[in-house]
Amino acid sequence: MDAQTVIGLVSVVTAGFTIAIGSVGPALGEARALDRALAAIAQQPDEAGRITRTAFVGLAFIESTAIYCFVISIILIFANPFWTQISGG
Amino acid sequence: MDLTQLSPDQVVYWQWGFWKLNATIVFTWGVMTVMIAVAWLITRRVTAAADIPRGQNALETIVDYIREQIREISGGDRPDPYLPFVGTLFLFIAVANLFAIVPGYVPPTASLSTTAALAGAVFLAVPAYGIARQGIRPYLRHYVQPNPVMLPFNIIGDLSRTLALAVRLFGNVMSGAKIVAVLVAVIPFLFPIVFRALGLLTGMIQAYIFAVLAMVYIASAMSATGESRGNEPDKEKSSERSDR
Repeated sequence: MDAQTVIGLVSVVTAGFTIAIGSVGPALGEARALDRALAAIAQQPDEAGRITRTAFVGLAFIESTAIYCFVISIILIFANPFWTQISGG
Repeated sequence: MDLTQLSPDQVVYWQWGFWKLNATIVFTWGVMTVMIAVAWLITRRVTAAADIPRGQNALETIVDYIREQIREISGGDRPDPYLPFVGTLFLFIAVANLFAIVPGYVPPTASLSTTAALAGAVFLAVPAYGIARQGIRPYLRHYVQPNPVMLPFNIIGDLSRTLALAVRLFGNVMSGAKIVAVLVAVIPFLFPIVFRALGLLTGMIQAYIFAVLAMVYIASAMSATGESRGNEPDKEKSSERSDR
């Protein structure tokens, strides 16, 4: 295998693993947060509006870690700096 | 737009030297035209009578809902200074995402250029509102708020939340469009419709999240030096919709 093949192979495999592993953690965390938020809404339906909004903002922050993994896998596939270096692009 | 193209930026309709007219710009203009036309048609005959037209009723409901949300997030502030900015963000993203039911349309929010521009607007609006409220020195002081060691982290926090704001919207809308494209190639019967409907829901939630986060960032810049405003009791009844 020449260098180009190795870089392509490693990039694609790494991108897959990045988004696969990187989405598991935030998914578990968001599930826990949503679990608590739903329990809180069930106990206090009057505060549903505030709980919902706070939960959404919190979920958005938790989700940021998954988004960073998504960015890295997108970069690896579509804008790989090593790949463009080898192929002269 | 097919599977190999990451964003509608790569669909170029017309080119003259450096200037390109790509699908993102065309669909953004389309969305703007539709929104302006509908708003102009409805507000052409606005009345304060008891019997109001249907269109005015619909628009008033939307504006009232946005105002109520802003008032609750900012802790009882008057929503008027923030309504043009936050309301425009919400309405543009929501309409741009909901038009995905039109065949051949690609949401301009599926392009990183659009979402980066929107997040950049939030990035600029936060210090603008904060300085307008507090003055420039108290606003800059909150960067060294616990102690000066935190200065780089506060700056990185500002930048990374802008990045996350842009990529969140882009990633959700783009992946929604890509999932439909993949399903059309694999199982073209019925399943793409289900995922298209899911994409509409996702687009609406993302518009809501984008606007709420923008308002939360602005509200945090408002109250950076003073007491925390989050604990003040709300004046509203909590009768708002809670179905999301």
